Amino acid sequence: MTRRRASYEGVVATVPVTVPYVRYSIHSAHWWLGKALRALIDGSGLRKHDIDGMCVSSFTLVPDTAVGLTQHLDMAPRWLDHIPMGGASGVVALRRATRAVQAGDADVVACLSGDTNHVDSFRQTISQFSRFAQDAVYPYGAGGPNASFALLTHNYMRMTGATREDFGKLCVAQRDNALRHPNALMKKPLTLQQYMDAKLITDPIHLFDCVMPCAGADAFLVMREEKAVALGLPFVRILSTIERHNAWADDPIQYRGGWSMDKDDLYEQAQIGPGDIDFMQAYDDYPVINFLQMEDLGLCEKGGAPQFVRDNTFTVDGTMPFNTNGGQLSGGQAGAAGGYLGMVEALRQLTGTAGGTQVKDAAIGLVSGFGLINYDRGICTAAALLARGAA
Amino acid sequence: MTQPLSKPPRKNPVARTRQPTLPPASRSRRTLGLTASAAAGRFDLQVCQECRAVQYPPREVCHRCLSDQLLWQPVAPRGTLLASTTLHHSNDLFFRERLPWRIGTVQLESGPRAIAHVHGDCEDGKPVKLALKLDRSGQAVMIALPEKATPNMEDDKVLRETSCDPKFRRALVTDGKSAVGLAVIKALLDAGATTVFAGDPHTWKKNRAFDALCEDPRVLPQALDITDTDSVERLSRSIGGKVEILVNTADYAREGGILHNRDLLKAQDAFNVNCLGLMRLAQHFGPAMAGRGADGTANAVAWVNTLSIYAHLNLPSRGMWSASQAAALSASQCLRNELRPAGIRVVNVFSGPIDYEWEQLTPPPRVSPSAIASAIVRALRDGVEEAYVGDVAQEFLARMHDNPKGLERELGTQS
Repeated sequence: MTRRRASYEGVVATVPVTVPYVRYSIHSAHWWLGKALRALIDGSGLRKHDIDGMCVSSFTLVPDTAVGLTQHLDMAPRWLDHIPMGGASGVVALRRATRAVQAGDADVVACLSGDTNHVDSFRQTISQFSRFAQDAVYPYGAGGPNASFALLTHNYMRMTGATREDFGKLCVAQRDNALRHPNALMKKPLTLQQYMDAKLITDPIHLFDCVMPCAGADAFLVMREEKAVALGLPFVRILSTIERHNAWADDPIQYRGGWSMDKDDLYEQAQIGPGDIDFMQAYDDYPVINFLQMEDLGLCEKGGAPQFVRDNTFTVDGTMPFNTNGGQLSGGQAGAAGGYLGMVEALRQLTGTAGGTQVKDAAIGLVSGFGLINYDRGICTAAALLARGAA
Repeated sequence: MTQPLSKPPRKNPVARTRQPTLPPASRSRRTLGLTASAAAGRFDLQVCQECRAVQYPPREVCHRCLSDQLLWQPVAPRGTLLASTTLHHSNDLFFRERLPWRIGTVQLESGPRAIAHVHGDCEDGKPVKLALKLDRSGQAVMIALPEKATPNMEDDKVLRETSCDPKFRRALVTDGKSAVGLAVIKALLDAGATTVFAGDPHTWKKNRAFDALCEDPRVLPQALDITDTDSVERLSRSIGGKVEILVNTADYAREGGILHNRDLLKAQDAFNVNCLGLMRLAQHFGPAMAGRGADGTANAVAWVNTLSIYAHLNLPSRGMWSASQAAALSASQCLRNELRPAGIRVVNVFSGPIDYEWEQLTPPPRVSPSAIASAIVRALRDGVEEAYVGDVAQEFLARMHDNPKGLERELGTQS
C-alpha cells in the first residue's frame, strides 16, 4: 500500500449551478460555459476576478480548450486545467481543484462543464471521438456507443443473470425521481411495461436504455472553508476521492471498472463504509454501468447488483436514493456536463438545496463518474465521498 | 444457416436507383497497414519485434514494452466470438440502409480483442475464423466467419458487402477471343454470373472456341475494339448500365526492347491497347458502373485489369510492352481512386509469362490462361485488390520486396 494520502480538510465545494438543459441549442459551448460562470458569480457574491482558478470540461468547445475560454470570458486565472474525461470529469475536477486550493495555488476555482447540441453535432462528435474508435469501432456501423454498450450489457447479463426487468426497474425509478426535478428533460412518467416494449436499438439495448443528447452546463466552486463561511455559502466537505484509468485492461469484455481497484482506499480515507451512504449519484450513460458502479463501489458484492436492484427502490423517498435528479437517462446527456450532473446534484443534496428531490437528512453522498469509451470500454473511473458541511 | 441469395428481379426502370454511400472510411495512417493486408487477402497485424506482443487496434509503439519495432506480420486468424449484437439503428447512412447488421467482440488467439462484422452463421462463445476484408469504402475491416464453411455462406450480406462475387452478376470480358478472355468467360459462368458480355475485337476472325462459348445463352458476343473510341462508346450505350463486373483482358504483347526498335509502331500499338484502351473503357463504362454501385444485391462492384508483373519492373527483352503495362498500372491506380466513392473495387491481377502463342519463346514455367481466370474469380470472391498468379509472379513479388534494384539488374540478363 502506498503512503497514506493527505486529507482534503479545509477545502469545500459549494454553489452548485445548472444552466437548464435543452434538447437542441443554436448557441456554442462558449455560451453555455459563460452562462455557467455567470451563475457561479451570481450565486456566490464573488466578483469575476476573485475566481483565480478554472477547470473546464467540454467536447464541443473545439477548436478551443480551457485556454481559449479564458480570453473568451476575459478571465486571468493563476491555475487552469482542462479535463477531457467525459463522465468522470466532475469528480476529477473536484479532486484537482481541491488540491490546488489546499496548496494555495488558487483561492477560488470555478469547475465548469458544458456542451452545446446542434442537430448534427452528436454525429460529428462521435466520428472524431478517438483514434481507436475511428480505426476500429466507427467502421462497424453503430455510429455511436450503443453497440459497444450492447456487447457489454449482453456479457453482463450472461455473467450475472441480470434481466431486462432489472435494468428497467432502475430506469423507472430514475424517471420517478426526474418527475420531481424541474430541469429534467423527460417529463412523462415511465412504466416498466413501456420500458420493456420500447423500440429495439441494438440488442439488448432498447430505447429507454439510451440517454438523449442535449445541450446544457453544470458548474460548482471550490474554495477554503473559511471563505465559504465568510461568504455565507452552504458547503460540502470532501471526505475522499479516487480515480483510475484503463483498469483491468486484460478483461476480455468490460465487466468491472477501475473503482474496484481503489474502493478500499476510498472508504478508508473517509473512515466510513458503504452502509453509511445516504444516496448515490452514478454515471448512467446506460443502465448496465449503474450496475457496475453499485458493485465496484461496494454497495453489493460483484455480480450482486441485479439482486440489489430487486431489493431497493432507488427513489428519493425510498431505499438507497439513486440519481435523485433523474440522472442522464431522464435528465438528458449534455456532453461533458453529464460528468457533472451527479456532482452538482450531490452538492445540492448536501447543502439542503435540492428542492423537490431532497433526500431527507442526507448527510453523506457517493458520487461516481465513468468516462470515455475509447475503443471497446470506458476508460476513466472516479468516485468521491462527500459530507454535509456542519453549519 | 445462410439464406441463399435468389436471382435478383429485373430492374424496375421507374424506381429510383439507390445511390452509393460508403461506410466510415477515415483511418489513422498507421491503420492503413490493415488496408494493405486486406487488399492482398492477408491477415497481418503489427507484431512487436522485441516482446512479440500482437497489437490491435494498430499502435505507434508496443502496448506492452513500448518498443517502436512493430512489423506487419501474418497472425493466426482465429479467435472466439465473446459477444455479438445486432444493430437495429445506426446514425451512419451506409448502415442505416442495410439494417439489421450484426457485429461482435472477438478474442483473438494471438492476444488482442477486435470489434468485427459477424457472419450470420457464427455463434456466441464459439471459435470463429477472422478475415481482414476491404469494405465498400476501400478500407480494411475485421470479419468473423464460421470456423468451417457453411452452406451458402458467401451469400451472407456481411460478406456480400465486402466481396465482388460474380454470382448473379453480369460481366463484360473486353477481349473474349484472347486465350485469357476465353478462360475468363468460362470461369465467370461457372461462378454463377447470369450474363457474360463477350467482347469481340475482330469479328472477321474466326475462333472456334469463342463460337462454342457463345452457344451458351448466357454469353452475349459484342463487337468491341478498345482502340476505337466510337466502338467503346457504342457498346457502353448499349450495355453499360448492365455491367456489374468488367474484366479487361485485352492485351497487345510483342517482343523487343527500345534501343533497336526505332520504328515505334509496336510501342504505339501496345500503348493504344494496354493503356489508352483502358482509359477509353474507363471513360465510357466507369460512370455507368459508378451510378449502380449500390443498386441492390447485384450492384456494380468490380473492375478487373489483367496485367503483367513487368508493369512493376521493366523486362528489357519486351521493353516497349513492359512500358505500356506500367502505364496501364498507373492508370489503374487513378481509376481505383476515382471509382472508390462509388464503392467499385479495382482489382489488378498480375501474372508472369502466359502459356499462349505470344510467349512461344519463353521457357517454362508459364501460367495457363485458366489459372489466371480462376485467380480472377477468387479475387472477386475474396474481395481483394491485388492478386499474383503462378510461381513466376509469386517469386517476382518476393524478389521485388526483397531487393527491387537487384531484380531490375537481373531482369536485364534474362532473355
